[in-house]
Amino acid sequence: MELTLSIAIGVLTGSGVWLLLRPRTYQVIIGLSLLSYAVNLFIFSMGRLRVGAAPVLGPDGLADPAGFADPVPQALVLTAIVIGFATTALFLVVLLAARGLTGSDHVDGRESR
Amino acid sequence: MELSPLFLILALPFVAGLAVVLLPSDSRDPATWLAGITTLACLVLTAILYPSVADGESVRYQVEWVPSLGLDFTLRMDGFAWIFSMLVSGIGFLVVIYTRYYISPEDPVRRFYLFFLAFTGSMLGVILSGNLILLVVFWELTSIFSFLLIGYWHHNQAARDGARMALTVTAIGGFALLAGVLLVGHIVGSYDLEEVLKSGDLIRSHELYVPTLVLILLGALTKSAQFPFHFWLPNAMAAPTPVSAFLHSATMVKAGVFLMARLWPVLSGTPEWFIIVGLAGMASLVLGAYLAMFQQDLKGLLAYSTISHLGLITLLLSLGSPLGAVAAIFHMLNHATFKASLFMAAGIIDHEAGTRDLRRLSGLFRYMPITGTLATVASAAMAGVPLLNGFLSKEMFFAEAVETHADSWLDTAAPYAAVLGSALAVTYSIRLIHSIFLGAPPESFPREPHEPPFWMRFPVMFLVIACLVVGIIPGLTIGPFLHTAVSSVLGAETPQYSLAIWHGFNLPLVMSIVALASGALLYLVAGDYLERSERPLLIGRIDGYRIFELVMVAMSWRWARLVEGIFGTRRLQPQLRLVVATAIIAAAVPLFYAGLGFGQYGIGVTDPAFVGLWVVGMICAVAAAYQAKFHRLAALVLMGGTGLVTCMTFVWLSAPDLAATQLVVEIVTTVLILLGLRWLPKRTQTLAEPDGGLARLRRFRDLALAVMAGAGMATIAYAVLTRAPPESIASFFVEKSYAEGGGRNIVNVILVDFRGFDTLGEITVLGIVALTVFALLRRFRPAPDTIERPEQQRIQRSYDEAEPDREPGATATDYLFVPSVIMQWMFPVIIVLAAYLLLRGHDAPGGGFAAGVAMAAGFILQYMAAGTVWVEDRLRILPVVWIGGGLLLAALTGTASMLFGDPFLTSYFRYAELPLVGKVPLASAALFDLGVFGLVVGATVLMLIALAHQSIRRLRAARIEENP
Repeated sequence: MELTLSIAIGVLTGSGVWLLLRPRTYQVIIGLSLLSYAVNLFIFSMGRLRVGAAPVLGPDGLADPAGFADPVPQALVLTAIVIGFATTALFLVVLLAARGLTGSDHVDGRESR
Repeated sequence: MELSPLFLILALPFVAGLAVVLLPSDSRDPATWLAGITTLACLVLTAILYPSVADGESVRYQVEWVPSLGLDFTLRMDGFAWIFSMLVSGIGFLVVIYTRYYISPEDPVRRFYLFFLAFTGSMLGVILSGNLILLVVFWELTSIFSFLLIGYWHHNQAARDGARMALTVTAIGGFALLAGVLLVGHIVGSYDLEEVLKSGDLIRSHELYVPTLVLILLGALTKSAQFPFHFWLPNAMAAPTPVSAFLHSATMVKAGVFLMARLWPVLSGTPEWFIIVGLAGMASLVLGAYLAMFQQDLKGLLAYSTISHLGLITLLLSLGSPLGAVAAIFHMLNHATFKASLFMAAGIIDHEAGTRDLRRLSGLFRYMPITGTLATVASAAMAGVPLLNGFLSKEMFFAEAVETHADSWLDTAAPYAAVLGSALAVTYSIRLIHSIFLGAPPESFPREPHEPPFWMRFPVMFLVIACLVVGIIPGLTIGPFLHTAVSSVLGAETPQYSLAIWHGFNLPLVMSIVALASGALLYLVAGDYLERSERPLLIGRIDGYRIFELVMVAMSWRWARLVEGIFGTRRLQPQLRLVVATAIIAAAVPLFYAGLGFGQYGIGVTDPAFVGLWVVGMICAVAAAYQAKFHRLAALVLMGGTGLVTCMTFVWLSAPDLAATQLVVEIVTTVLILLGLRWLPKRTQTLAEPDGGLARLRRFRDLALAVMAGAGMATIAYAVLTRAPPESIASFFVEKSYAEGGGRNIVNVILVDFRGFDTLGEITVLGIVALTVFALLRRFRPAPDTIERPEQQRIQRSYDEAEPDREPGATATDYLFVPSVIMQWMFPVIIVLAAYLLLRGHDAPGGGFAAGVAMAAGFILQYMAAGTVWVEDRLRILPVVWIGGGLLLAALTGTASMLFGDPFLTSYFRYAELPLVGKVPLASAALFDLGVFGLVVGATVLMLIALAHQSIRRLRAARIEENP
């Protein structure tokens, strides 16, 4: 499981970084989204992988720390997902506005030589 | 915080400054009253404190600020600070009276008084600071308010330039001062003024003494406009005259010499001190007086005279003898008195005659005899005529200049420089009076001059009387106060001195007579030449202003452009490449040094289904990267595929909350980007870009970077995942979640309870981003090639037009008819789902974030199903109200705990028995979560709707074009 997820994180990062370095704004926005998947998974996995140990206590409220997945990275990633959506939206609007103003969807606002 | 009088003196001007802003814009009189009462209150409070400082004690007021760094908010008033505090608040009060008549009601009066009062507070802060860092803070504040006041009439180019120059010079000095003060703190081990004053020997013998001294003197000399930094002061004369009278003669420029006197017991007495301070002082004394003679602008003359007199004070301080310090402190007070009155008189002349050009002014005495008399007396004090205060301190100065303190050429030159400076002062003082008040009146003035109103003249009169009284009976008036001030600086070293006018026929008196006589003679000989001169003789071409401009242009333009040209780029790609490369290196270097190994920890068995899942996920990601250029929709769908796999991974690996949130966010992200796709240009492979070898090389480099980044992340992730986790704070949250947070869903309890403050910050960011998106889209102008209807709509439209039984646009309305009906029916279901997610959030996976996004998805589905117009005819969604309401609710829930005496955001819970439903948990955190929910709904809907609205805006615009 660990190996699979690590490779997956690597592939997502690679695809994201590749797109990040492309000249078209749309490529960059897709790249940032892929990169944020990778980063979210990475942070989440820092609590180590657990199967069937969701950090939700039973009806009795008994709390044995060993029995649950680490809730802290999960809490971090949860807000990161929502903020990630907001930044994607902001970037999308900025790229649309830049496209309207410059007439180009190149990241620099004009075609390179 | 107790209200010590010391604290009040400092706080009152700032509070009053803020109060002025709240007045209506045309309130010249109320603002004047407010400022007047404030400065008067400061004066009275200071006066009341005199008994506490009279016996050499000091008053202290201390609040801990950053105690770990030795930074305390310490105020301290001793005799020296007392007399300066009297000076600042007293002259401040007089200037307020004067300003009432000087400033016109059309000027932005509130702005003037805001800056004026804030400056007064800052200046009092410099004087009263008992901590050197605090002193530097107020020091910089005076520079900033001086900048704002010089630039008060900012429509005037000279005002803007003068303000900028003053700020540049004094702020650079302030920066040096900060560095010097930090060195002092390093040497002494404390920033407390009293500690520092006790450590004179330690500082003087320390190896860092010279750098410390140079840095502190840079601050003091720039502030007091001493050579070679004197040039900013004449250019600051573009300020309104009350500002020149207050800041640039009586108070702010005194801050430099004030600081030198304050630290005199600690820093002075060394050869370095003597050389630096002495040279600066002597050069300023002579050069200032020389240049003052040639000025044609009345205020310019006074400005150079100020430089000269401050040079005199600096020179006195350089001598390192206690008597020199006494004379310096005495002259600070005397100069403030006569120079402030002269500036105000200059303002009256400018105001009444309409010009301050000495060549155009003449014979004013017959129009304004009282002002003329007052100005003459003040000028006489400036020239050092007997029976006036200027004479007394000048006599003391001569006496000190004659004494030999350190055997060097500088010391030998001191008496000659003193006489020369004084003689030139006599010349320019006579010139001032002669060319303005005497002689025949010119043909015409810009305005017919007459005496100003009584209260405008009153401050001048008051100060001139003070010059006379101090000059005639010094021992009975200023004597005791001066003694208090002097002994608080010098302590046990306080010398015997006499303030009498007549000390017998001695050398200083001879020097005075020589100076008066030769100055008068010089005016007789050269007066006409001075009246006609265009620029100063001999050194007219060396202009500090021009040198400053040259340096500024070189540094802030040429060099900056050069550096930008070499190291900068406006292109995004190289910058991002740099960021990625730096990140890779930053991760690789520690790994290289620490080594990298893998452990044995882990789940063990790998589920083939999980591998299969991620094979799909990775293929989606790579394919999305490959397709994003030409097939945007495909790339979006593939990216969504990766997102779903991520979501399933969260389910698999015990993170149901993340899965729920990821799922709904995935939906709205896809909708969002779909809405944006419409505005992007068409791109087909036929329009491929030039594909030369260089481009291929670049792509290869990017690919290498991407592969390295990916491989690195995979390696690090694997290395971490195969080690046992360290002891973390997780167990705390697991154990306390139910016991103290009252919720079984630990992730949710962390978000809304333990780390509620973080969440509050995060939802605030979310709200801000949404509003930013909204604001950006309000000004949105689409690219020309996307204004046209999309191709598909055009095809449908032409089909409609071709068929006789179809309305134009009918096909577009009917598309997706069945799904849209289903979507409309789903609306209540989605609302119930969102409510369910929200309500169960505290105990089971769900919560405000997931519920909020789900609710927003419900709204946006309605837009997709029936179109913007249809939805908005039937449903009023007010996203901004949702955002505001949500944020307010979350903040209020947090504040509510403060009503019970608990800290912000303390949550409270208990179980309540509801009829029919049974036992339900009631936590205040649930209300907080409701706030989160509201904000997330509002923010998401606002962004989506704002984007969706663009298409109707285009239609509207098109309609207007079609039927104008």
